[in-house]
Amino acid sequence: MLTYVIRRILATIPVMAVVALFVFSLLYIAPGDPAAVIAGDQATPADVERIRASLGLDRPFLVRFGEWVWQILNGNLGTSIFTNLPVAAMIAQRIEPTLSLMVVTLALAVSIAVPIGVVAAWKADTVIDRAIMAFAVLGFSVPVFVVGYLLAFVFALELDWLPVQGYTPLSEGLWPWLENLILPAVALGCVYIALIARITRAAMLEVLQQDYIRTARAKGIGQTGILFIHALKNAAVPIVTVIGIGIALLIGGAVVTETVFAIPGIGRLTVDAILRRDYPVIQGIVLVFSFVYVLVNLLIDLLYTVLDPRIRY
Amino acid sequence: MNPPPTAAALAPDPIAATTASVVAAPDLPDILPPVKLRRGLVGFIRRHPAIAIGGALVLAMLLIALLAPWLGTVDPTALAPARRTREPSATFWFGTDMLGRDIYSRVLYGTRVSLTVGFSVAILASLAGLAIGLVSGFIRWADGIIMRVMDGLMSIPPILLAVALMALTRGSVGNVITAITIAEIPRVSRLVRGVVLSLREQPYVDAAVAAGTRTPMIILRHILPNTLAPLTVQATYVCASAMIVEAILSFIGAGTPPTIPSWGNIMAEGRALWQIKPYIVFFPSIFLSVTVLAVNLLGDGLRDALDPRMAKRL
Repeated sequence: MLTYVIRRILATIPVMAVVALFVFSLLYIAPGDPAAVIAGDQATPADVERIRASLGLDRPFLVRFGEWVWQILNGNLGTSIFTNLPVAAMIAQRIEPTLSLMVVTLALAVSIAVPIGVVAAWKADTVIDRAIMAFAVLGFSVPVFVVGYLLAFVFALELDWLPVQGYTPLSEGLWPWLENLILPAVALGCVYIALIARITRAAMLEVLQQDYIRTARAKGIGQTGILFIHALKNAAVPIVTVIGIGIALLIGGAVVTETVFAIPGIGRLTVDAILRRDYPVIQGIVLVFSFVYVLVNLLIDLLYTVLDPRIRY
Repeated sequence: MNPPPTAAALAPDPIAATTASVVAAPDLPDILPPVKLRRGLVGFIRRHPAIAIGGALVLAMLLIALLAPWLGTVDPTALAPARRTREPSATFWFGTDMLGRDIYSRVLYGTRVSLTVGFSVAILASLAGLAIGLVSGFIRWADGIIMRVMDGLMSIPPILLAVALMALTRGSVGNVITAITIAEIPRVSRLVRGVVLSLREQPYVDAAVAAGTRTPMIILRHILPNTLAPLTVQATYVCASAMIVEAILSFIGAGTPPTIPSWGNIMAEGRALWQIKPYIVFFPSIFLSVTVLAVNLLGDGLRDALDPRMAKRL
C-alpha cells in the first residue's frame, strides 16, 4: 500500500515536468524581448545586449529552465508585465471567488448528477431514462455561456429572484455569498452534470446485473437500499474517476462563467491577461490550475482503496 | 431466421415433407417475431434516428455556410452608425449590433467560421492522433516517452492550453485551429493507442505475423481499418468540442480577430449590452447550441451504429 502511494506520488513528477517544460517554452518563445523593453527606445544594440546578459537571458535554454523551476519551487511565479506585481500574489488575491464557484458547482453537480444517473439506470430503457439521457446530450451541447445568459435572463432579469452578476465574499455572510453563486454554478455545472450522470448510469447498469444485487433483493432489501447502498457503493470507482477528470471542464468553464457573471476571480484575471498580452500571468495561471488538476486526480487515485476495499496494491 | 422448409427442398418423400413442415412451423414465431426489414431512407431513419436528425441538421448548417451570400444577407461587416442596436424586425430579422451591423448576416456568415474550425480540428487532430497512436502502440521505447508527454498535455485543461497558445500568436482562424488541435491531440492519441494495443493481441494479427507479413503491411491491412470506427466517432466529438472552444476563445477575446464575424465574436460584442439588448447574444447562442447538438447527436448515432458493445455501456 505504502509503496503504491509513494509510486503514485512519484508518477506525478514527470507529468508536472512536461507541464512545466511546456509552460516555460511558451514563455521562452513569447513575442517581445524583455531586454529591449527595459532598455527603452534610445538604447543601442550593445546596451540591449548588456541588459540581456545582466538579466541572464543570454544563457542556454536548459539553464534558464532549471532556474525557472527552482524559482517556482520556491513559490515565485514571476512578475506581471503590466502591473509589476508578483504573479503568485495576483493569483492568491483572486483565488477565493474561483474556488467558491468551483466548490459550489462540484457540490451541486454531484448531488444532482449521481441521483439522476442512478434513477436512469434503475429505469433503464423507459421514458424516464430516455429523458435523462436526452438532457445529458443537451448538457454536453449547450455551451456554458449560453446557459449562463439564459439563466441570468430568466431568473435574474425577468423573475428577479437572484442577483444578475457580481460576487460577495464569504466573510460577508453565507447567503449573500451563495446567492451570487447559484446561477453561475448551475450554468457551469450543466456539462459536468451530464458527464457524471452518464457515467453513473453506465456504471450502475453493470453493477445491477451482479449476483449480489439479486441476493440483496432476495433478502428483502428495498429498492432504495439496493440502489443507493449496495449498487452505488460498488459503482463508486468510475464515478469518482470521472468527477476528477471533469475538474478540467470546471476549470476551463470557470474562465467563461466568470466573464458572463462578472465574478472577479482567476477567470477574469486570465481574460485581462490575454487582452494585455501579460504572458507571465497566463503562464502562472496555467501552471497553478494544472497543478491543482493533477493533485485532485492524485488524491482520487489514492481514494480508490478507501472506496473499494477489494482493490489492493 | 430460418424460413419453414418447403416440401420440395426437404425431400422427395411427400409424407416426410408434410410432417416436417407441420412440426417445425409453430415453434419458430414464438422465439423470433418476424422482423420487418425496412429499406431505403425511411428504414435508415427508423434504425438510426440520431444519425438522421444530427446529419440533417449538420447538412443544413453546411448549406447555410455555403449559401450565406444568397440567403438575404448583406455585408456582415458593413457599419451603419445611424441604425445601431435596432430590435429584430422585418428589415433586420435578428436586429443590429452597436455598430449597426446586421446580426442575421453576421450569424449566417459566422456558421462558416464555426464549421471550418470544427471540421478542420476534427480532421487534423484525428490524423495527428492516428499517427501518434500508431507509433506509440507499435514502438515500445517510444511509447513511454510519448505517453508521458500526452499525460502532461492532458493535465492542462484544454481551454487553458488553447488560451495559452493563442496568447502567443495573432488572432486568426488558422491559429485558432492549430491551438485547439494541439489541445485535442492527446485524447485522440490515447484512444488510438488503446485500440492498437488491443488489436495487436488479436489472433488474426498473430496469424499475419506468423505468415511473415511485414509490420507496415500489418498496420495498413489489419490495424488501420479497425481503428477507423472508433476514430470516426471520436472525431465527431472533437468537432463538437472544437466549435465550443472556438466560441469560448472568441468570447473571451483570444480567438478569431474581431473583424471576422464568428458566433463567439458576436456574443463578445453583445456582452456589454446583454441586459438591455439580449437578442445580440441570443441568436448566435441558438445557432451554436443547435450546431453542437447536431454534431453530438451524429456522434452518438455513429457510436451506436458502429460499436454496439459501446452503445450498451454508455
